[in-house]
Amino acid sequence: MPSDVLLLFAHPRPDLSACNVSLFEAAADAEVTRVDLYGEYPRHDIDVDREQQRLRDHHTVVLQFPVYWYSTPPLMKEWIDLVLEYGFAYGVGGDALAGKRLVCAVTTGAQANAYSAEGMHGHSLRELLRPLERTAVLCQMTYLPPFALFSAQRAAAEGVFDAHAANWRALLQRLKDPRPFSDAVLGADALNPDGRLMIEEGA
Amino acid sequence: MDGLLGQACLFLGAALITVPIAKRCGLGSVLGYLIAGVVIGPVFGLVGGDVTDIQHFAEFGVVMMLFLVGLELEPRMLWEMRTKLLGLGGLQVVGTTALVTVCAMWFGQPWQIALAIGLILALSSTAIVVQTLNEKGLMQTPGGKSSFSVLLFQDIAVIPMLALMPLLALPELASTGGHDDHHGSTSLVSGLSPWLQALITAGAIGVVVLSGRYVVNPVLHYIARARLREMFTAVALFIVIGIAMLMSLVGLSPALGTFLAGVVLANSEFRHELESDLEPFKGLLLGLFFITVGAAIDTDVLFNNTLLVVALTLGIMAVKGGILALLAWTFRIRGRDAWLFALSLAQAGEFGFVLLSFATQNAVLPGDIGALLSLVVAFSMFLTPMLFIAYEQLVQPRFEAEDKRQADEIDETGTVLIAGMGRFGMIINRMLVSMGHKTVVLDHQSEQVARLAKFGVKTFFGDASRPDLLVSAGIAEARVLVVAIEDMERSLDIVRFARREYPKLHIVARAAGRMDVYRLYYAGADDIIRETFDSAVRAGRCAYEALGMHPYLAHKSAQAFVQFDRELMIRMAAYWDDEVAPEDNPAYIEEGKRQAAMLDTAMRGGRGSLLDASERGWIPPGSVPQAEGD
Repeated sequence: MPSDVLLLFAHPRPDLSACNVSLFEAAADAEVTRVDLYGEYPRHDIDVDREQQRLRDHHTVVLQFPVYWYSTPPLMKEWIDLVLEYGFAYGVGGDALAGKRLVCAVTTGAQANAYSAEGMHGHSLRELLRPLERTAVLCQMTYLPPFALFSAQRAAAEGVFDAHAANWRALLQRLKDPRPFSDAVLGADALNPDGRLMIEEGA
Repeated sequence: MDGLLGQACLFLGAALITVPIAKRCGLGSVLGYLIAGVVIGPVFGLVGGDVTDIQHFAEFGVVMMLFLVGLELEPRMLWEMRTKLLGLGGLQVVGTTALVTVCAMWFGQPWQIALAIGLILALSSTAIVVQTLNEKGLMQTPGGKSSFSVLLFQDIAVIPMLALMPLLALPELASTGGHDDHHGSTSLVSGLSPWLQALITAGAIGVVVLSGRYVVNPVLHYIARARLREMFTAVALFIVIGIAMLMSLVGLSPALGTFLAGVVLANSEFRHELESDLEPFKGLLLGLFFITVGAAIDTDVLFNNTLLVVALTLGIMAVKGGILALLAWTFRIRGRDAWLFALSLAQAGEFGFVLLSFATQNAVLPGDIGALLSLVVAFSMFLTPMLFIAYEQLVQPRFEAEDKRQADEIDETGTVLIAGMGRFGMIINRMLVSMGHKTVVLDHQSEQVARLAKFGVKTFFGDASRPDLLVSAGIAEARVLVVAIEDMERSLDIVRFARREYPKLHIVARAAGRMDVYRLYYAGADDIIRETFDSAVRAGRCAYEALGMHPYLAHKSAQAFVQFDRELMIRMAAYWDDEVAPEDNPAYIEEGKRQAAMLDTAMRGGRGSLLDASERGWIPPGSVPQAEGD
């Protein structure tokens, strides 16, 4: 019996992961469908039909990955390139994903204030992940703001990891519920600004 | 005995001197043999006009040549070439025969003689032209291909011509003609009724076709299992001589019979083996035949009719060239291809000699006309290399601009030659064939060849370490050679030969272990693949995963190991000595031990280790991975 949430996880060095692997494991308790892309396709031989069926079977897709160069790890980009086919995800007859939800659950190396107009990266994280947002829109999906853990390497030492993990569990529970999110949530820069999860407001 | 040895010495010695010189001058081996004949005959008078006995013997070279031509002719290939073959070839033979016949009748010859002359001169020289086209790399051009189709048609047309010739016999010549035709004299069927003769003829052809299809292959398999090289040569000779005798017994042309047998065996997996076994015999016998032609040149006829011979030669070449040019124009062959087509086939050929001697024996042609025509045929062959040189010097430069466009076309004919069709070679063949590449596969185990044939995989029987077999399997045209056999000494032989003779050929070689890699490298292989290495690495990766390693990490670690091993092999190569066995090479052993110790730290040495070196970008900035080495 598949759950309604599909969690797609991509990390090329799980052995060096500080937070992502723990968060991915924690998702097991939430009883969502978990896919470790690098574990299933270590030689990048993605089974497109199987992945498309997975998308059909779920109403919410969570992309979990560490941000590399304002983007996803390479296998996840390849997954997007191959699985979101014309005629399936977009274009004529391509409405298999219409009405479904997409959310990015990411970790970053830099701290939160780097992702602002004044900060080192000059843009908010949501702005920098705009290609993924456009991908969701093109596939007629509802795009949620990113759920982010900044400066992930120091999260445990600084004592913010546990709170983030709790938010993560709560988010997954809320995502299993098909009721729509409020416009305030959909328009926010992040689902968890300042470590505070926004979902209660829309529920 | 002395006489035979002396003559053999004389013929071979003359050929040994003139043929290499002729080849070096770009004149081709056929002219070399002809010149040798001229030298020992008319020039020094070492052999007189009594070469007819040797000539009859040497004509057997033509019989063998037709067998080999037949072997090259797969029915499928003939079908693909049907338009050019019948159109170009048929019109060339019919047109030239008709025009020459008319000319000869205009000179006052009876129509029978005129037609015989027309048939004789319509044929061109396969031996000279094919060899020259191959030597000059023109075979794959449109002009070269068209020339080949015409030659092929002529080779086939010889057979009905041989049958037709006796029908043209003139009664008044028959009574005066010296010795009777030796071909027909042994016929058992001459006294029988025409109906019975026809029945026996059909039966004999049936025997050739059926035995070629159902008897020869099993026999060859049986012989192949004996693994005796000379038995194979013996059986090849037996097939050709046996069929020739059968045909003579029923009054048919031995050439026709062997040609048929060749076509029947063209699909056999023993084709290349038969070719390379018979090739030397055919070459020598044909050479002998050309020597006798040269030796039989009648100097009296030549000196008394010098102008006539020259005029006839130039005339016939103009007629042939004109008809070829007309055909080229009709068949939309343009530019330099038309020139090549017209110039290359303008001569008369070796089959002309065969038909000439056959015609004089059968009282079709009077001796003096025969002698005259022999000179004309020989002269036109002497002139052919000049025409090729003229083509290269005068025609080629005018079409230089087309060269680049033509090059692509030639490239596409490249094939892959695979030596060895065991588990290793079979996979390679399947991969190549599935992508539409043409492969030629050789294997020396007849059981394996037969087994694969049951699954529809075409494999040729033969020992790929024999250079002549590689040549008849088409190594000269191949772009890639895959040496997939297990036996390392034979692999090395193949690689050394292929590298020496075909420097541009890409060689992929199968090695057992690292030692073989070094030896194959020194032998000149381009890519050297250890047969079990990749599968062992995959097995190791499975073990990694079974021990709980993340699949992607297992994959990357296996890749890192492969990379380390490759670098190790290159470092170790410095200590390798091709002359010394590795266990007697202390420096090599020492380095091997040192490298083995390095592998441990290289794989697990934390930051800077091989694994991390290949994925530095994925190590989070500021993170400190656990380094177990320090």
